[in-house]
Amino acid sequence: MSEIPWWAGEGLWRKVAVWVTAGSFVVLIFLTFDSIEAISAGSQRVPAYSVINQQVRYEFDAARNIQKPVIGGGAPLFGQTLDEAEAEALVTLGKKTVQAKNCMNCHTLLGNGAYYAPDLTKAWLDPAWGSETARETLMLGFLMDPTANARTYGTGRRMPKLDITEQEARGVIAFLKWMSSIDTNGFPYNFKSLAQESRS
Amino acid sequence: MSIGENNLQGLNGGQRLAVKYFVVALALFGAQLLFGLLAGLQYLKPDLLYGVLDFSVNRMVHINAMVVWMLYGFIGSVYWLLEDESGTNVVGLKLGNLAFWVLTAAVGVVVLVYLFVQIGPGTDTTLWLINEGREYIEAPRWADIGIVACVLIFFFNVAATFMKGRWSGIAGVLVLDLVALAGLYLAGMFYTTNVSVDQYWWWWVIHLWVEATWEVLVGCIMAWGLIQTLGAKRRIVQTWLYIEVALMFGSGILGLGHHYFWIGTPEYWLTIGGFFSALEPVPLVAMVVHAVYDAGSHGFRSSNHPALAWLIAHAFGNFFGAGVWGFMHTLPQINLYTHGTQWSASHGHLAFFGAYATINIAVFYIAVQGARGGVWMSAHLPGNGWKWKWALALLNVGVVGMTVALLIAGYEQSFVERAIEGSTWAGYFAGQNHPWFLQAMHWRMIFGWVTLLGFALLVWDLFTIGAGETREARDVHPGEAATA
Ligand code: HEC
Ligand code: HEM
Ligand code: HEM
Ligand SMILES: [Fe+2]
Repeated sequence: MSEIPWWAGEGLWRKVAVWVTAGSFVVLIFLTFDSIEAISAGSQRVPAYSVINQQVRYEFDAARNIQKPVIGGGAPLFGQTLDEAEAEALVTLGKKTVQAKNCMNCHTLLGNGAYYAPDLTKAWLDPAWGSETARETLMLGFLMDPTANARTYGTGRRMPKLDITEQEARGVIAFLKWMSSIDTNGFPYNFKSLAQESRS
Repeated sequence: MSIGENNLQGLNGGQRLAVKYFVVALALFGAQLLFGLLAGLQYLKPDLLYGVLDFSVNRMVHINAMVVWMLYGFIGSVYWLLEDESGTNVVGLKLGNLAFWVLTAAVGVVVLVYLFVQIGPGTDTTLWLINEGREYIEAPRWADIGIVACVLIFFFNVAATFMKGRWSGIAGVLVLDLVALAGLYLAGMFYTTNVSVDQYWWWWVIHLWVEATWEVLVGCIMAWGLIQTLGAKRRIVQTWLYIEVALMFGSGILGLGHHYFWIGTPEYWLTIGGFFSALEPVPLVAMVVHAVYDAGSHGFRSSNHPALAWLIAHAFGNFFGAGVWGFMHTLPQINLYTHGTQWSASHGHLAFFGAYATINIAVFYIAVQGARGGVWMSAHLPGNGWKWKWALALLNVGVVGMTVALLIAGYEQSFVERAIEGSTWAGYFAGQNHPWFLQAMHWRMIFGWVTLLGFALLVWDLFTIGAGETREARDVHPGEAATA
């Protein structure tokens, strides 16, 4: 068939497919370099792990019209100020525990994962912990024995015991505190934080 | 070769290997449904198997069985069409068989470890031997390496066979796409403490698989399937394939940004991700038009009615599940509220089923036809083909029913938990306790059982259709020399 119009030719569309794919991929690589730098630990958006030595709040920012994390004054986790390497080691233990115990197949982290249990992005700031002073002990107790400390709000849906050691639980809490300091463009929206005495 | 009897010797080498993949795929599909049902029941009866087979375990097996059975189906489909398309024998058939057994053994071990070991201490050893704890790609690192090795063998077989035989447009797209598909898996094979960086690369695997490379892979299978079942013209089908590749990669690659709204990544992704992902439905519309037009222009005179029906189900399922359901929550203005709710589960179910379960089932029917010596599978089957028709209906009604139930739960959760309560622990349960949510969970189970029933019928049909049939398959390539 010789009367195929130019715009319906196989060869033309093969070229278009190759160029569009290559072009999109190059743009993605470029944006990836930029993004990875913007989210490396210690950047504006993703604070260094030693942020666990400080207070973390989640406050409305009028200029951006969303809530964003605010890093306050000293508030060392479990009363111990850690240097950068120690802080990274503790958060790393927490992150590995989160993976090893498969938290992501019940919970969401940064909104990704499973929907059987609350989102953990701002779990550190959850008002259910009651107060700043009680929080660390309550979290420790909960993670090590969620059955005995179950709340379930009438659903009966409990978190199982995952054989988390005390050291692992401290790591997980460090991880959760650090994660709550990440700038997530206002997600979760309208989150109602635990009341904290503002330290700057 | 006698017709109507199981006769694997009548198949070519690639096709015999494909049948093995299909059998395992079907078994894993069954496992997927059973563990999905368990997980779904736990929403309603949280004490069920608490501390024994927790929700996390059931869910992990549910989604991993899904990913693996679909990949098995794809590998099988490619082996099925390879010798026809290339005009020569599979180059490394022995190696291909070896890879099949190694992969299957590895999958078996991984599942046993998931079920009986489940979790470990927060160490690298756990991530290497038990579970990596990252949704969809939970497989421990040792298994990742095994998977990559087996996929490389598969890739070698495909590329080398086309090289030895003849290339075609479908072959070229397929081979390049497989390079990308395998390469992307590597982006998920490392550990990092930084959860934002972790999720950045995690989405490279998940999104660039299902919304780019898998779409193009099934585009190739669809192109070949239309030539097979309808006798569609190769030139037209291949031109369509190129258009679909351009549109799919052109929107899907940067559409990746719809997962970068809230994970710490910069604000420019709100614009880029929103814009490009909003274009992703375009190629999916094109695919519907293509399939329906081709089927219509051949007067629906196909050589394999069940396969054609499932191909059309694929076109529509892909369009609705991925295109419509995806579009509905892809703009950041709505995703801020729907992100990580039952909304996502609603879309996930319809998209994976509609886009990928369907086309695999279509190829299963093509394979069954071949395995029975090329029997008649068009109109006037015994019993009017009630089994395949009911299987088709029940599976689709089941999944659509679950999707709608989850959508209602998702709306409720987005409003109550996300928008009003602000996603706290108490806010989460305020959403989960709502009567609308609970009703939706019941309906999800009802339609889940319907899905299971459809599956049982499908298996029965696949093992019996064409048995004792004496007519030969309708010839849809009149006048053309039979392809080698
Ligand atoms: C089998 C499912 C399951 C797994 C796995 C799981 N959780 Fe939970 N988690 C729950 C449920 C259900 C609740 C709500 C419990 C309640 O209200 O008593 C919960 C509650 C919590 C809470 C309190 C909720 C909040 O918003 O602050 C935290 C923190 C938490 N889990 C952390 C974790 C961590 C960390 C892991 C992994 C080490 C984990 N969970 C693994 C099901 C799970
Ligand atoms: C066949 C193709 C597709 C499949 C199989 C698929 C599957 C999925 C799945 C399973 C998820 C949930 C991921 C998780 O567990 O966190 C998801 C999320 C998402 N999908 Fe798709 N999808 C497809 C196509 C699309 C398309 C074309 C769009 C947009 C037009 C889209 C938009 C989204 C969005 C915005 C999310 C994020 C949901 C959230 O924020 O929680 N998807 N997809
Ligand atoms: C027997 C019917 C089924 C039932 C009862 C069922 C149940 C479930 C449940 C309870 C979850 C966990 C959701 C959550 O985290 O809260 C889930 C997740 C999922 N299921 Fe199913 N399922 C069924 C069939 C299927 C089918 C047929 C498919 C696709 C082919 C599928 C694909 C998925 C996907 C992709 C996810 C992850 C969704 C996400 O993370 O957003 N399921 N399913
Ligand atoms: Fe996506």
